[in-house]
Amino acid sequence: MDVTLTIRRFNPETVDEPSWQSFEVSVQPTDRVLDALHTIKWEVDGTLTFRRSCAHGVCGSDAMRINGRNRLACKTLVKDIDPTKPITVEPIKGLPVLKDLVVDMEPFFAAYRSVMPFLVTDGHEPTRERLQSQSDRERFDDTTKCILCAACTTSCPVYWNDGQYFGPQAIVGAHRFIFDSRDAGGAERLEILNDREGVWRCRTTFNCTDACPRGIEVTKAIQEVKRALIFR
Amino acid sequence: MSSTVSDSTTAGPPPAPRSRKARGPGLHPEMIGWLFMRLSGVLLVSLILGHLFVNLMIGEGIERIDFAFVAGKWANPFWQFWDLAMLWLAQVHGANGMRTLINDYASRNSTRMLLKAALYTASFVVLVLGTLTIFTFDPCAAGSTLSVCSE
Repeated sequence: MDVTLTIRRFNPETVDEPSWQSFEVSVQPTDRVLDALHTIKWEVDGTLTFRRSCAHGVCGSDAMRINGRNRLACKTLVKDIDPTKPITVEPIKGLPVLKDLVVDMEPFFAAYRSVMPFLVTDGHEPTRERLQSQSDRERFDDTTKCILCAACTTSCPVYWNDGQYFGPQAIVGAHRFIFDSRDAGGAERLEILNDREGVWRCRTTFNCTDACPRGIEVTKAIQEVKRALIFR
Repeated sequence: MSSTVSDSTTAGPPPAPRSRKARGPGLHPEMIGWLFMRLSGVLLVSLILGHLFVNLMIGEGIERIDFAFVAGKWANPFWQFWDLAMLWLAQVHGANGMRTLINDYASRNSTRMLLKAALYTASFVVLVLGTLTIFTFDPCAAGSTLSVCSE
């Protein structure tokens, strides 16, 4: 079958403003949007620029806005998004576009780094592994699934308007350690998120939960951090 | 030969978390605002439903609402404080909602300041005027035909 992909193109070396360009490609209904992008890049226009690495929904490189929703191009089948109409593909919003579908991820990673996304411990290092019960592991299981694709953060209207907001992903990253029974840095992380630009900026619009390709209940995680702040 | 390595490829410890002013654990103004919205919301639901029930449902309902009805209610401190609570909670709840909208959507500092100044001024005027009205209400103001006033 033939589908039309309307792609937001931008080359800062030749033009000032992004523009739309349409490509018609032949795909199988069970092909992914990423396959269609590959066909364009490999057979039609080699200048089309996008990120992808594993191409199987694990690395989180190819988050993009497909038909107005943030998704991973490698997990979105053409047949699932009405191939009879043109499929629009744009870079994720709220981060500076470098070229075509590639954005500068640094502000996103900076927010992630600022919540200390690493195990903080106190006391002596144990001679064996740090044990954890199944129920303690269950407590933060959902937020361990994050692949840092930025689909949630760049679907958040508060993040679009205020680059200072940590964004949903950073809060998910903090949640993963705050509720880890082996971690001792929870109080410090909560204090970082108890900021003017922290969890209180969340407007509970659920865009992040809808956008997450891993099915993480992002808004719920943010609410749990708020509750932890109130009842600490 | 030495070569320059760009920052992003240099291995090293992660940078320190963003430096922040020391603030004891507990109450951040934004947290108080967030909590206030929830608590005042719950209170307002019961206050407003109670208000609507008493004014519209009991007895003859909407038919009896006139100057005398309001004068009668405000002769009772219970209703004075009920209305005062509705006024303050609703006004502060609404103003705080507008404040967050302005913070979310006005990106220029000067625009934000201007909008917030207008918001706070308007809220202040409404609160002062409303509070004055509730407590200084005189049922026998000029032209009143209420029977209690002719005694």
